[in-house]
Amino acid sequence: MIRLEGIERLFQVGDEQVHALRGVDLTLEAGEYVSLMGPSGSGKSTLLNVLGLLDRPNAGRYWFEGIDTAELAEERRADLRRDRIGFVFQSFHLIGRLTARENVELPLMLAGIAPAERHARASKVLDALGLEDRADHRPDQLSGGQRQRVAIARATILEPALLLADEPTGNLDKHSSADVMRVLEELNQSGLTLVVVTHDPEVGERARRRIHMEDGAIVSG
Amino acid sequence: MRPDDVLRFGGRALTSARGRTWLMLLAMAIGVAAVVVLTALGDGARRYVSNEFSSLGTHLLVMLPGRTETSGAAPPLVGGTPRDITLEDVRALQRAREIRLLAPIVVGSAPVSHKQLERESTILGSTAAMLDIRNLELASGRFLPDDDLLHAAPLAVLGAKLKQHLFGNQPALGEWIRLNDRRYRVIGVLKPMGESIGVDIGDVAIIPAASAQALFDTESVFRVLIQADGRERIGQAKAAALAIMKDRHNGEEDVTVITQDALLATFDGIFQTLTFSVVGIAAISLGVAGILIMNVMLVSVSQRTAEVGLLKALGGRERQILWLFLVEAGLLSLAGAALGLLLALAGVWGLGRTLPELPLVVPPWSIAAALLVSLGTGLLFGVLPARRAARLDPVFALNRR
Ligand SMILES: Nc1ncnc2c1ncn2[C@@H]1O[C@H](COP(=O)(O)OP(=O)(O)O)[C@@H](O)[C@H]1O
Ligand SMILES: [Mg+2]
Repeated sequence: MIRLEGIERLFQVGDEQVHALRGVDLTLEAGEYVSLMGPSGSGKSTLLNVLGLLDRPNAGRYWFEGIDTAELAEERRADLRRDRIGFVFQSFHLIGRLTARENVELPLMLAGIAPAERHARASKVLDALGLEDRADHRPDQLSGGQRQRVAIARATILEPALLLADEPTGNLDKHSSADVMRVLEELNQSGLTLVVVTHDPEVGERARRRIHMEDGAIVSG
Repeated sequence: MRPDDVLRFGGRALTSARGRTWLMLLAMAIGVAAVVVLTALGDGARRYVSNEFSSLGTHLLVMLPGRTETSGAAPPLVGGTPRDITLEDVRALQRAREIRLLAPIVVGSAPVSHKQLERESTILGSTAAMLDIRNLELASGRFLPDDDLLHAAPLAVLGAKLKQHLFGNQPALGEWIRLNDRRYRVIGVLKPMGESIGVDIGDVAIIPAASAQALFDTESVFRVLIQADGRERIGQAKAAALAIMKDRHNGEEDVTVITQDALLATFDGIFQTLTFSVVGIAAISLGVAGILIMNVMLVSVSQRTAEVGLLKALGGRERQILWLFLVEAGLLSLAGAALGLLLALAGVWGLGRTLPELPLVVPPWSIAAALLVSLGTGLLFGVLPARRAARLDPVFALNRR
């Protein structure tokens, strides 16, 4: 489903070049559950952003579901992000003025789906995540665990193939962390390819496949 | 993305940032209100002058002694000592075929009294033709008789106010009044009327021109009102009048004939320029509002950087994000314009109460123009912030806190 070959990512910081990814080769099969671990600054987030088509590598090739992403126009990349890829962030990234339901409906709105259908689909996903009575709450009226579940609902409402989570439990207590990881794993069990970036070994070790990074390169996995 | 969703999303963004939104609404509203009120004022002033002149009557020419170089613009300021226009001149003018009606005007002021009551009033000396030329209407009695121009009959027609002052509700017809120490019989009373070129027609006594000359001990005529024989003959009437006067004044052209059209055109031009320059000033305030909108939208974009990053991560295209922010700016300007129009209507209403003589109307085109210009300004100045939002790098945007 995903194939990376010789991915390089360089950042220019002042006069210096930071090598965030160096020669990354990686293959992911559909339905895999992968954790991405390594010290801070080792390039985990950068790799995740490349996988999620948010960032373009400076060199190397990336095939997503058989498509060579280097040739894709920005609009096509946006469409793939919307339809095939879901993101979950450490800081949730919910829009504060919108209710939980409206946040969940955002991808449907961007896709031009009519309000009635959006409502029904959002209700279904919110129900499945145990948020039915929180649908009309704004993010500041929700707990951290609930917010992350709303974010997961938003990431999965268009039934993507790939779910990318960057430190999804980084802002949560132990109890909520377990809760959120269980939700993600259930989604994986229903067929979603799951990549979780974490520096928490306890979280990372739950994955069947663990990839370790150091200084921009994959050292094991 | 559906247009109604774009609108709703923009509306929600605006209503959730109240302080910022009110600030921009106010700026836009003041700009729009300024445009509309100032156009209404300019237009009102133009109408006022134009009404004043049309109350003089149609196809009117005014002859005055003295010569001006520029045709028709203003009465002479300086000049030698021009020869007076006399009643004999007026009689000669009456023979011109191009002239339908002719009324000499002799003006002065004198105390008018009846029994114990007295009032200082304007005295107009004229002839029967003045009734038609100045569109006067009688409340009772008749106007000056159409007899010999040189006959100084002791007759008077009173304006409504003057009659009320001297006679109250008692009948005035047939009564004798005094101007200085001369006696005149009241033969008519005018209907109440407004002002006309600075003369309060309610507060006058109209007597035969020759009587007025005797009263004020003068041989001269202040003005001659000439009504041409049809609108298309105004030019001919003017030429004929000038030719006759030249002939009578030893070949010297020492009178000026002003046509109403020329006067009106001059004033129209002046007021049009005034209106446009005033609108220009108002447009500058709209521009200032636009720049304010741009700056506040830029702040809004930088405060919402993470939101833009999120929308991109969720698959929002550049074009969609551009539209979201542009529509937000557009909504803001339209709301500001609507608020501004309300302000303007209130302002014009208030002005109308304080300046009742100005015919103040908000010209419909100015409303349309204000709406269009404010929407244009909002969009124009909204483009830069919206483009900045649309082009943000998603990774950078998501990590900005
Ligand atoms: N936008 C950027 N500009 C400059 N340097 C960056 C940028 N993003 C990441 N880096 C650098 O790239 C390296 C990898 O960063 P990152 O992928 O965020 O690491 P991790 O997520 O593993 O902590 C770090 O040295 C970081 O400072
Ligand atoms: Mg990171």
